Amino acid sequence: MTAIKIEDLSFTYPSGTQALANISLEVVESSTLALIGSNGAGKSTLMDLLFGWKPSSAITLFRKPLKEYGRKELGRHIALVPQSEHYNFSFTLLDYTLFGRAPYLAEMASPTDKDVRIAYEALEMVGLASFAQRSITSLSGGEGQLVLIARAIAQQSRVLLLDEPTSALDPANRRKVIEILSSLHEQGKTIIFTTHDAQFAYELATHVAMLKGGKLLAFGTKEEVVTSSLLTTLYETPMTVCAVGGKTLIY
Amino acid sequence: MNAELLYRSEERRNRRVLSGLFLLLLLLSALFLFAGRYPKGGFTFPRDLAENRMMQNIMLNIRLPRILLALIAGAILSAAGFTFQMLFANPLVEPGFLGVSQGSAFGAALVIVVGTNSSAMVQVSATFFGLLALGASYYLAKRFRFGGWLLRLVLSGIAVSAIFSSALGVIKLVAEPTKDLQDITFWMMGGLWNSNWKQILTVMPIVLFCLVVLYSYRWKMNLLSLQEKSAYSVGLNPKRDRTVLLVVATVGTTLTISLTGLIGWVGLIMPHLARKLFGSDSKAALPGSMVMGALFLLLCDTVGRTLLPTEIPIGLLTSFIGAIIFMVILSLKHQDGKA
Repeated sequence: MTAIKIEDLSFTYPSGTQALANISLEVVESSTLALIGSNGAGKSTLMDLLFGWKPSSAITLFRKPLKEYGRKELGRHIALVPQSEHYNFSFTLLDYTLFGRAPYLAEMASPTDKDVRIAYEALEMVGLASFAQRSITSLSGGEGQLVLIARAIAQQSRVLLLDEPTSALDPANRRKVIEILSSLHEQGKTIIFTTHDAQFAYELATHVAMLKGGKLLAFGTKEEVVTSSLLTTLYETPMTVCAVGGKTLIY
Repeated sequence: MNAELLYRSEERRNRRVLSGLFLLLLLLSALFLFAGRYPKGGFTFPRDLAENRMMQNIMLNIRLPRILLALIAGAILSAAGFTFQMLFANPLVEPGFLGVSQGSAFGAALVIVVGTNSSAMVQVSATFFGLLALGASYYLAKRFRFGGWLLRLVLSGIAVSAIFSSALGVIKLVAEPTKDLQDITFWMMGGLWNSNWKQILTVMPIVLFCLVVLYSYRWKMNLLSLQEKSAYSVGLNPKRDRTVLLVVATVGTTLTISLTGLIGWVGLIMPHLARKLFGSDSKAALPGSMVMGALFLLLCDTVGRTLLPTEIPIGLLTSFIGAIIFMVILSLKHQDGKA
């Protein structure tokens, strides 16, 4: 089943800058799509369009136009893990993860026991359950990223968007994020993430979309698309894809 | 470990503390009805009350409305400060920082000088200019091309406040010195001495309504402290919710200070203390700061009206005590990393 269908999507900022032009692609349910490209290629704009932050009539989510979703309904279908979040108040990790339950709560209601259980399980999944009562301001950058993922997991949406999930992480936390996202993929979630890192994209994704100057350079399964020549065109710098001992290395 | 039990036990603890504070508030309110400077400084004993008609009158028509005003004003100023802090994701703002107080002061002074000195006009004008100042600060912060959002907001608040206070200076200059200027000066220092049942029954229902609206947002307010994209992605309509809360908090504040004059620092300090006591989840901390704000203003007002033969304006007391608490909090802040 198609999770997301984008048909001839273009987007121009009020300032007149065209960020995206004539993008068309289909994301199959339970696949993992990496959006790769250089800075300014339009990846973040596309992410903003995908969760409705910027309006578009060219996107369909589970066969229903994105525009027709109610605010909470959309929150139950698609969750966002932003690149970073500002932590100005010392919420506990559990309080913070519970924010992901907002789309399931009636207007002005507070979380129920069920919500608390789901949030706690989300923290377990990212390995931070033992810190549930700790303050979010005491976390390292890497742990902060994991809590953001936990919040999105607690949202129990079918689609998960992640904006540069590993850009600020050390190798250990990067590995952890890959493991968490792989297990979410196994649970059948549709995952879309942006990254600069072609190696990371290859490790995690089933499909890759390459964006260059707001246009779709290539889209397909990672085996089809991640080639030395396409990557070299994409990043305008010589890049090589090679297989070493059953592993694919990109440099 | 059982997550629900853990969460609920924390909730129960907070509820116990809140009930305790609320009970204290009721007891002190009742007790302070008997405190004052009539017939002599100190407490009146209930047995002296029966024969003294004047005393009964003072308690019912002067002290009781005044205590009610202190409670409601304390609760709304503190709740509005809390709301601003959440919405601007900054534990160091309150309506006064964004020009609301100076705007209201200008609005009130304008009406006093123009001579249509009806209290309803003072309230309307103070509220209007308070909202105008908030709008101007917000708009300017969007237009500034310097620094991050919070810095821009604080800077634009300073600029807007400065413009309104210089305009206020001009009004004071032309004000009639024996009456209007005194009125303005007293208004600037804040005080509850003008309180009466008429005010309580006309203005306070609106303020109570504002309190109820803010209270109903107590959990959701957490989400509005996130960046706008995040709040949107969990199904909120952050622009709508923020506008509603900003307007409600500002109207509550300006209506209150149009009666009481400027009372600073309550909205900054009480939310801080409430977060220390109840944790950062606004579900507990918002009601906590309402009760603590009411308690703080009740104490300040009672001290202000009983300590010396002349009344000490409450705005002076709250600023003095508030600033000291502020210094202590900021010095301690680094020890536990809590905001």
